[in-house]
Amino acid sequence: MVTQSVTPPSFDNERPSSVQHLAPGSLLANRYLIQEVIGVGGMGSVYRARDMHFPNVPRLVAVKEMINMAPDPLVRQTIVQNFEREANILATLNHPAIPKIYDYFSQDNRSYLVLEYIHGKDLEAIINETPGFLPEEQVLHWAIQLCDVLSYLHNHKPDPIIFRDMKPSNVMINLSGDVMLVDFGIARTFQVGQKGTMIGTEGYSPPEQYRGEATPLADIYALGATLHHALTRRDPRLEPPFSFSERPIRKINPSVSPELEIVINTALEYEPSKRYQSAETMKEALLSVARKTGALSRLPTVQILSSTTVKPLWTFKCEDEIRTSPLLYQGHIFIGSYDHNLYALDATNGSFIWKYPTEGGVVTRPAVSESEIIFGSEDGNLYVLNVRSGKLLWTYPTNGPVRSSPRISENVVIFGSDDRRVHAVNLAHTRAIWTFNAADAVRSTPLFHQERIYVGCESGDFYCLDLRGELKWRQQARRAVTASPIVVGQTIYFPSLDGMLYAVEGQTGWILWRFRMGKGSIATPATAEHLLFVGSADGNLYAVDMRDGREVWRFRAEHQVSGSPAIYKDAVYFGSADGMFYCLEYRTGRLRWQFQTGGPITAAPLIYDDIVYVGSADHVLYALLA
Amino acid sequence: MFDFLRKWFSKKRSSNAETRPLSPEELRDAGQVVATLPRREVSQLVAACGQSVGRQRELNEDSLLAITSTIAGNTGGVAFGLYVIADGMGGHQYGEVASNIAVRVVASHLLRRLFPAFLDVHPQAPDQPLRDLLEQAFLEAQRMIQREAPGSGTTLTAAVVIGQQVTVAHVGDSRAYLLHPGGYHEVITRDHSLVKRLEELGHITPEEAASYPNRNVLYRAVGQGDSLDIDVYTFSLAPSDYLMLCSDGLWGVVSDEKIARILQESPTLEKACEKLVEAANESGGPDNISVILVRWVG
Repeated sequence: MVTQSVTPPSFDNERPSSVQHLAPGSLLANRYLIQEVIGVGGMGSVYRARDMHFPNVPRLVAVKEMINMAPDPLVRQTIVQNFEREANILATLNHPAIPKIYDYFSQDNRSYLVLEYIHGKDLEAIINETPGFLPEEQVLHWAIQLCDVLSYLHNHKPDPIIFRDMKPSNVMINLSGDVMLVDFGIARTFQVGQKGTMIGTEGYSPPEQYRGEATPLADIYALGATLHHALTRRDPRLEPPFSFSERPIRKINPSVSPELEIVINTALEYEPSKRYQSAETMKEALLSVARKTGALSRLPTVQILSSTTVKPLWTFKCEDEIRTSPLLYQGHIFIGSYDHNLYALDATNGSFIWKYPTEGGVVTRPAVSESEIIFGSEDGNLYVLNVRSGKLLWTYPTNGPVRSSPRISENVVIFGSDDRRVHAVNLAHTRAIWTFNAADAVRSTPLFHQERIYVGCESGDFYCLDLRGELKWRQQARRAVTASPIVVGQTIYFPSLDGMLYAVEGQTGWILWRFRMGKGSIATPATAEHLLFVGSADGNLYAVDMRDGREVWRFRAEHQVSGSPAIYKDAVYFGSADGMFYCLEYRTGRLRWQFQTGGPITAAPLIYDDIVYVGSADHVLYALLA
Repeated sequence: MFDFLRKWFSKKRSSNAETRPLSPEELRDAGQVVATLPRREVSQLVAACGQSVGRQRELNEDSLLAITSTIAGNTGGVAFGLYVIADGMGGHQYGEVASNIAVRVVASHLLRRLFPAFLDVHPQAPDQPLRDLLEQAFLEAQRMIQREAPGSGTTLTAAVVIGQQVTVAHVGDSRAYLLHPGGYHEVITRDHSLVKRLEELGHITPEEAASYPNRNVLYRAVGQGDSLDIDVYTFSLAPSDYLMLCSDGLWGVVSDEKIARILQESPTLEKACEKLVEAANESGGPDNISVILVRWVG
């Protein structure tokens, strides 16, 4: 049993881990003047160079370098042999879509192939750089040319050549718009058996290639995968293998003709026997698509949105915008309004019970402790009223507007103020126990969890305090954290105006992952099962898997989603600045119903007993059937 | 009421509560107050590992690494753990080199970035998300393998534990399990193997999968291919749970039920690791066996 000892790898960050490139201006083999690096692979670089044997004309070549770093002589030898094989295959080929080979040589631990230089760009770069989708006609044109070159390879004598690595990055498009197939590095006989045999590129290779079979039908599949990628912009390397049928082309890009989709689906058949049996037959099919689609008018795109008529059970109109969420307590709805009032309504029919006027807009959600209702106002005060009569019991002043909703734990109310403080006030003694100085206004609603308080700040700071108001840790977002955090298990989640949704470990503040949205968010996330739902100013409601921080689906509203979502049964409910209130199935993001209000919705709904209560900037509080 | 006062008003802790344990009378009087007092014992990670070349191979191509650390004190404490298993791809392709590089590079990359934050006097969390750090570490391992042992490859499964939060990054078919007492378990990772993919697609049943001829074939491995897609999962570890990392030399031959039974019957984690390796060898030991077990005690 020999355990190979490894030369200690260098872990120095400053040094690039790939080996040094040849410098521009250096002369290779006394003939090739290196101009620049045009590609970097796992084992070396590809350079553009000038052939100095033709000093009077600028004849450009591509120099492909392979650096053999393997410490073991046997491994080194195998690598050189593989490189030689590529040279030998290329030397026997003669096709306009295959680069010509000019030279092959080795120096020290490096081997070089000198090839025809292709002016152009690879298809992967073209897919990535094209805004929107590539036109079908364009992709069809390249597809037919690729069938041609595959057919040339598969009919090679004495033995067919299987390319085995068809993918967009191995297809160059030259300046005339024609395809060139590059990188014949693994075009050779296949090795079967070993644990982990893996040749080809994950995502493009067919199932049988993983089993060690390489036939012309494997190249057909990979061509189908390449075309699928080109038409949908969905990189198969980022998807589970063999999952193309889960991403129908026309569902992603409805402008593709059904005929072309059928051809590509046939090439992508799981069973090799169901695919086109040769590149020629696939080319025939593509040609007939080209003939047909010229005549066929495009099918109309599918209308996805269907709005069922939703009628409110009742409405209640205030004198100004509603920017906060209601509270339901003992059959009463309590809601603040920008008209300075806190209202108490009968939850069954929306009839008025009492209101309490403050000196500023009420944008906080009230909290209840036994017989007291507590809320903040933009006049800078925290108000404590008798929940039944609406009579003032006492107030607690701060030095700035209060936009952070109060949270109550064990007779202590915690909230933030624009006076840059977090206040902890004892409800029994009506005095502050402590205040915490933040770096800027605190509009985020504090979260209690396991004897810790978590709260965001307009400075972008996110604080974890203990129950004595002492800082346990601080994390920094790039812009304001206005939304309120939520907790699931040991992890705290909050979005920021910097466009990120953060997942942070509660004890240490270490970021577990960040999820990037198109724009910032001030909306508190909601959660169900393993999903997090968060709205963003980019107009989307995102569903994110909290286990890996990846997007599961997104739903696009007409305008910013700054209202927090709420979960009820199997649906997620939220409003948008487009004035619409949406109900989606939360597992899929499918729209169930929507309801139009007269103004932007910026507050979270409250849902209880199959009834949704939501306020809008049109001054109205709506009660809708969930 | 005592609890409420303590939590909210004791700017400085009252000295008697800190220096002497409560007497039995006080305990009786205080009743549920005691239940909500902060735990006094040290919260920590406990880990053990086991490895064997197996009975049918001459070469051990598995590598593993386990680092467990704890800080505890009056200002609170936190535990930090890093656990890695890599199973090199077989034969003449230098799998043992690849797996060795993989565990070292990943550990080096992560410790350099995470450990200083763990030791800082003023706790300042790393500014990069753990997921990004894990992905970078895997890509670094990929580059190093392509440089030192081109053509080879390895599975790689790494778990970072901070307090009770576990974050697992994964490529290949070495697995991370979350085992609950009573035998219920979850496989956290999803094998990047042909057989698992065929099973997911419904082309073969789980029973057929168990006897599928090319069970070892991976479609994703560190060191192979230009790009590398890494799965990262994060979840919390309850005090009664076990986190287990293992190569297919264990999970491929010892049933989940047997693994659960061994965990239940073993008095310590070390003993459990020993028994797990023994069980794999008793079932023929067709492949190298590696296992790491971790618990959170708090």
